[in-house]
Amino acid sequence: MTQEPAIRVDDLSKIFTLHNQGATSIGVFESLKLEVKPGECVVLAGESGVGKSTLMRTIYGNYLPSSGGVFVLHDGVPVDITKAPPHQVLEIRRRTLGYVSQFLRVIPRVSTLDLVIEPLLENGVALEEARERAVTLLQALRLPEAHWDLPPSTFSGGEQQRVNIARSFIRGYPVLLLDEPTASLDAANRAIVVDLINAALAKGAAMVGIFHDHDVRDAVATRLFNVSEYKAAA
Amino acid sequence: MTDILERPTSVTATDQAAPLLRVSNLTKYYGHVAGCLDISFEMRPGEVLGIVGESGSGKSTLLNCISGKLAPTSGSIAFNSRRHGLVDIYDLSEPDRRRMQREDWGFVHQNPRDGLRMRVSGGANVAEPLMNLGRRHYGDMRQATMDWLSRVELDLGRVDDKPRNFSGGMQQRIQIARNLIHNPRLVFMDEPTGGLDVSVQARLLDLLRELVRDLGLAAIIVTHDMAVARLMADRLMVMKGGHVVETGLADQVLDDPQHPYTQLLVSSVLQI
Repeated sequence: MTQEPAIRVDDLSKIFTLHNQGATSIGVFESLKLEVKPGECVVLAGESGVGKSTLMRTIYGNYLPSSGGVFVLHDGVPVDITKAPPHQVLEIRRRTLGYVSQFLRVIPRVSTLDLVIEPLLENGVALEEARERAVTLLQALRLPEAHWDLPPSTFSGGEQQRVNIARSFIRGYPVLLLDEPTASLDAANRAIVVDLINAALAKGAAMVGIFHDHDVRDAVATRLFNVSEYKAAA
Repeated sequence: MTDILERPTSVTATDQAAPLLRVSNLTKYYGHVAGCLDISFEMRPGEVLGIVGESGSGKSTLLNCISGKLAPTSGSIAFNSRRHGLVDIYDLSEPDRRRMQREDWGFVHQNPRDGLRMRVSGGANVAEPLMNLGRRHYGDMRQATMDWLSRVELDLGRVDDKPRNFSGGMQQRIQIARNLIHNPRLVFMDEPTGGLDVSVQARLLDLLRELVRDLGLAAIIVTHDMAVARLMADRLMVMKGGHVVETGLADQVLDDPQHPYTQLLVSSVLQI
C-alpha cells in the first residue's frame, strides 16, 4: 500500500492581478504539482522572486490560487484547503497545519509564555501542562527566562524568531511549513532548530521549507523542489 | 459593481450543523437611498465575523438590521435562539424578540454612553442584564458582577461609582462586562475600540480576544481598522456602497485581496 501524501499540490497556478495598477497581471507559477509524504522535508529551491513563499502561503490557505488545488491530509482525509470554508481552514490550521514565518506577528501586551502556549490551549491542553511544555521548549531554545513574561515586541530579531519557532513546534503538527525559520539565528541556535526539525520528521511530520542557509538545508532536506520549473509564461 | 467575490467552497459533512445565524437577501432602503443590498451569509457558533469598509459603506446599517434594531426592507434574518430554535427574528412578536435579544445577544456600542446607563453605578450596569432575565438573588448577582469586573480588569473598589467618573477605556470595559455577563450566544460590536487611544485599544483588544476564545463566543465586529479585523476576526466581509464585494478567511482577504476595492483598502493602511 502506498502512503497517502500529507500535502498534494494539484495543477496549481497563481496570477496576481493588481487592479489599482492598471490591472497588471503577474504570473507566478503554472500547473505546479508537488506531493509531500509523512517524514519528508521538501525544500523549495529557486532564486528570489520565483514564487517559493507564494507557494507556501497558498498551501497554508493564506493566498488564493488562480486555479488548481492543495490537498492537506486532515484527520486522514485529503481536504482541498483552497476551497474549504473559512472555519474548516482554521480547524485544519489549528490541528494539522503549522506555519513558521520569518517574522513573528506580535500581539500587544501578550507575554512570550502566553504566546507559546496559545496553540496548546486552543487544542484543549490544560494550562499547567501547557506551561510545562512551553518552559521545556523555551529552555531548549535558550531564550533567557527573564524574557518569558514579557511581550516579544522589544526582543531582538533572533529572539523573536525563537519565540515563533517555539509557538510552532510546541504542538507537534503533522504538517509544517517553514519559511526561513533560521534566518536571523546564530550557528548554535540554528543547530537547535535543525534538531527540532529532524525530531519532528522522525515522528512522521511532513514539511515544506524555504532555507537560504545551505548548511541547514542540507541537514534537514529529504529532497529539493525547484519552483522555477513551473514558472508562468510572462 | 454588484458581483460578490465569494471564495469557492466545497461542502463537507461537518458543514451540516445548524447555523447560528442565517442572513438571506437582506436589503435596506432609506427612502430611495440604499443602505445595504442583497446580503446573504451564515455564521456558525463560535465564529468571529469582521465587517470592514469605509464610512457609508453600509456596515452599521447591516449590523443594525441583523441585531433587530432596524427592520430590513426585504430579506430575512434567522437566528438559532435558545428558546425558539432557528427563527426569523422579525417573525417573532415584539416582546418575544426583545426577550431573545436579552437572553441570547450582547451589543457593544462604539460610544459607551450608548450602551451604558449613565445615572446608575458601574456595578448596577453590569448586573442589570441578569435582573432583566428575572434573577432576584442580590448576593449572587453581586458576586457575578464582581467576577466580571475583575475579568475586565476593573478596580473592584470602584463598583459603586457612576460610569461618568470612569475613563473612556474603563467605560468600554464596563460595557463589555455588561454585554457578556448573561452568557450570550452572539455579541455584536460596532467599532468597539473606536474612540480609544492606542495603548487602551491594545489592552481592550487583548481582553476581547481572550474572552472570545475562553467563552467560545460568536461575534460580529464592525470596524474600519484593518489591524483590529486581522487580530479579532476569523472571517471578513468587505462592504462598499451597500454591497458585500468580497468575503473569505480574514488573513486571506487581507494578504491576497481579490477585489479592486479590497486591494485599495488594504494598500491604504499606513505602516509604522
